Amino acid sequence: MSVMDAHAGEGEHAPRGITRWLYTTNHKDIGILYMVFGIAMFLVGGLLAMLIRAELLTPTMRIMHPELFNQVISVHGLVMVFGALMPLTAGMANYLIPLMIGAPDMALPRMNNWSFWLLPPAAILLVMPWLLNLFGIGTGTLDTGWTMYAPLSIQSGPGMDFAIFAIFLLGLSSTLFSINVIVTVLNTRAPGMTMHKLPLFVWSWLWTALLLIAVFPALIAASVMLLADRHFGTHFFSAAGGGDPVLWVHMFWFFGHPEVYILLLPTAGILPQILATFARKPIFGYNMQVYSFGAISLLSVVVWAHHMYTSGLPAAANLYFMFATMAISVPVSILFFCWFGTIWRGAMTFETPMLFSLGYIVLFGIGGLTGLILSDAAADQQYHGSYFVVAHFHYTLFGGPILGVIAAIYYYLPKLTGRMYSEKLGRWHFWLTVAAFNLTFFPQFLLGIDGMPRRIPDYALKFAHLNMASSIGAFFLGASQLLFLYNIIRTAAGWGKPATGRVWEGAEGLEFTVSSPPPYHTFASPPVIR
Amino acid sequence: MRWSKPFVYAAGAAVGALYASTAQAKYFFNFQPPVTPIAQDFLFIHDLFLAIITAIFLLAFGVLLYSLYNHRKSRNAKPATFSAPTTRKLWILSFIPILSLMFIDYVVLGIPSFNSVLAVTNTSHHKLTVVVTASQWKWHYAYPAYGIQYTSSLSTPTDQIYGDARKDKHFLLEVDHPMVLPTNEKVLIVLKSADVIHGFWVPAFGVKMDAIPGYIRKLWVNVEKPGVYRGQCSELCGVGHGFMPIVVRAESSAGFTKWVASERAREAATQEAAEKTWSKAALIDRGKQVFDKNCAACHQPSGLGIPGAFPPIAWGHPFSATPAMLADLKALGFFRDGKIVGGPVKNHIHIVLDGIPGTPMPAFASQLGDADIASVITFERNAFGNNSGDIVQPEQITTARPKSTKHPK
Ligand code: HEC
Ligand SMILES: [Cu+2]
Ligand SMILES: [Cu+2]
Repeated sequence: MSVMDAHAGEGEHAPRGITRWLYTTNHKDIGILYMVFGIAMFLVGGLLAMLIRAELLTPTMRIMHPELFNQVISVHGLVMVFGALMPLTAGMANYLIPLMIGAPDMALPRMNNWSFWLLPPAAILLVMPWLLNLFGIGTGTLDTGWTMYAPLSIQSGPGMDFAIFAIFLLGLSSTLFSINVIVTVLNTRAPGMTMHKLPLFVWSWLWTALLLIAVFPALIAASVMLLADRHFGTHFFSAAGGGDPVLWVHMFWFFGHPEVYILLLPTAGILPQILATFARKPIFGYNMQVYSFGAISLLSVVVWAHHMYTSGLPAAANLYFMFATMAISVPVSILFFCWFGTIWRGAMTFETPMLFSLGYIVLFGIGGLTGLILSDAAADQQYHGSYFVVAHFHYTLFGGPILGVIAAIYYYLPKLTGRMYSEKLGRWHFWLTVAAFNLTFFPQFLLGIDGMPRRIPDYALKFAHLNMASSIGAFFLGASQLLFLYNIIRTAAGWGKPATGRVWEGAEGLEFTVSSPPPYHTFASPPVIR
Repeated sequence: MRWSKPFVYAAGAAVGALYASTAQAKYFFNFQPPVTPIAQDFLFIHDLFLAIITAIFLLAFGVLLYSLYNHRKSRNAKPATFSAPTTRKLWILSFIPILSLMFIDYVVLGIPSFNSVLAVTNTSHHKLTVVVTASQWKWHYAYPAYGIQYTSSLSTPTDQIYGDARKDKHFLLEVDHPMVLPTNEKVLIVLKSADVIHGFWVPAFGVKMDAIPGYIRKLWVNVEKPGVYRGQCSELCGVGHGFMPIVVRAESSAGFTKWVASERAREAATQEAAEKTWSKAALIDRGKQVFDKNCAACHQPSGLGIPGAFPPIAWGHPFSATPAMLADLKALGFFRDGKIVGGPVKNHIHIVLDGIPGTPMPAFASQLGDADIASVITFERNAFGNNSGDIVQPEQITTARPKSTKHPK
């Protein structure tokens, strides 16, 4: 069996030194690599966010040139989406899926190693143009926003080419990893672990992987075309040669809309498991949630043009995309219903993972409800391209997946390290995060409603107060994440109380039947599933 | 923190419902006061949506708080064991929230949105047509019926943007030459772009539409109140994206007629300026203004450009760029022997009039008048240490112009 071959000669204990991490085919090692990388990128993206908010603190260009500002917002977006969130959820999947389904490892361990090690070069490609620029080479990194709309991206400097190659690597990495997840889940479950017993997290990743394989090719294809337009004289997107700039927008969002569900679904899968643990109650509506994941995934590929209501599509198209988008609110609200059902009449305690999960429900709830507003093709003319949208997607992406990932990290940190994190620091982290988060992003709803466009480096005087509030919130938000970092490091360094195998009183699942931390190889012989 | 939101929303919804029909005041949760029928529609929909999502949020948040308070271990709650609705009645009840959401989606919100989408695209029966062309980073307005056309760009001085100079009231929302529209008349706006995607957005009008190269997009406005309305570009379009505001002055139809007349007189004066002969000092003076306004965004106020992207104009500065770019410039005679504006005058005129195709250097033929182009070239050839002594007169531009762009501005 391929899994066993790959591990031949490794013995029971992990090999030592740098080669352990370079050559590893062990899903736990790779999971940890993914997560460390994700957290590092989260800090890089966060640092860029601090720069953005520092520039926007007052209405004067103080610390950046507008060109640099455009580059910073572009890299902030790409790094947070592709560098932080996707690797973090992939890391969780890597570590947890084999443990949850009673498999000894991922089905394709060597490919697993590759899918991780493609990521650091991609990250380097994104920021390297800045370093080159310091030596007077090129014009810095891409400056088009993460959406890279043509023909602006055709005009853009050589940083764009670096970004395109970064996207190729990222696409390859996600595709390889998705294939791995699908093969693992379909083929290596322990006997008795039927599809109907799969933990919701595994189901959500199965859908995520299918989505990734379905939509990433659109972005890759578009990027190849863009590269050709830039260097080989083709005219796919340049109107000057008979090409179509709107084609890029379609292709980008055909990928881009499902992408937000790719980010969301894994945490929507882990959330009910955490809620159930701390409510000491079984998950409510397991089947409905599985179907909702499926419905969300399928609907997500047919609603992309709700990002294009102002691009002049015919009324019929706008109406179709509006009503199709509204349909997504149905499966999403079923998920909310099930989350409420899971905690209802439980016996709840409020450890840090539970706090973050509840924060998720509330903040992602606001993101979802404002998404309903945005689905409206008519009034969207007032919201499109404004700060309202920025606030909305930070409520959905920070309030959702990022809080979800943080909840999951606190939830599984004792399992990974064998030590309890500091509960006191965790609570501080939670309350500071939600307070600062709302201070940062709530004013942005109002800014957008009042007419402030997004992606501008400097703004009119009437936007000054709310921007200052938002920037101050952002600085607190950034600083609070250092508590998180410190908490993780001190736990990993072995400072906390030892954790039991089950960790939490109400925890269920195969991953809680092994010791904390789990042995280097688990389930070499399949567990018994009841 | 968490408490304030529901209250904000609740207050917002209540006042919003009142407002939508009557008042013209501006609340923080409302758009800028609407002055077109479409903007009014949008505000109504906005308030309706806000009221509904606030209600949903409060309801759900209330349920959550109730559960958090009562179903906690410290109150000795015994966990239930259900994992799905347990009776048929509960199953049916579970569908109620979902069905009411669908009702809200498709009926309460769906119907007004449906009507608005159709209203926005109904451009028939307009009286006046204005052709709006976006380019990096200014707007060009043309009134074909009156033979008027001009460019409109940011008039905020650079020291207000970069330094501590006192900022005007309309910092970044002011232009040299606003668009002018008559009130109470259905105006068709035809949107085009000369380079990349831009977005035309005046919040008080409600409408927003992308200007896309290669496409013609249409939208309409009917401004019901005279006044000055300010908006901004809404699609990221490069370095100057934050610096291309749209200012519209709406005039009663008498005021509009007067404006048309004065605008025509001004065009005649521009033409006259093009025909007379200028002194070198006058050309350089005017040229500096033109340069700061039209060229400095790329070539920089210092004339030093940005390495790799925008070549310097100043004398004796090395320029690192791609071989293709350097070849382009060499072919035109520029960048020989460290003399940056060393190319022949003829090529210089050609560059400014026609741009350098395939690069960001724009064509200014349809944006600047002959006197402006002559003076900016004279300025460039004598400023920043170039000191060539060359003088270019407006009539040289008149003869060099491509036929189609005779007599703009
Ligand atoms: C959108 C940015 C932009 C603006 C605005 C702009 N230029 Fe340029 N300009 C360029 C670029 C880029 C090049 C080099 C093109 C190439 O690759 O060959 C250039 C080249 C030139 C050159 C030839 C090279 C040199 O430096 O001697 C001249 C002359 C010039 N521009 C004059 C002007 C004048 C006059 C204006 C204002 C009326 C202006 N430009 C406005 C971007 C711009
Ligand atoms: Cu979307
Ligand atoms: Cu713009």
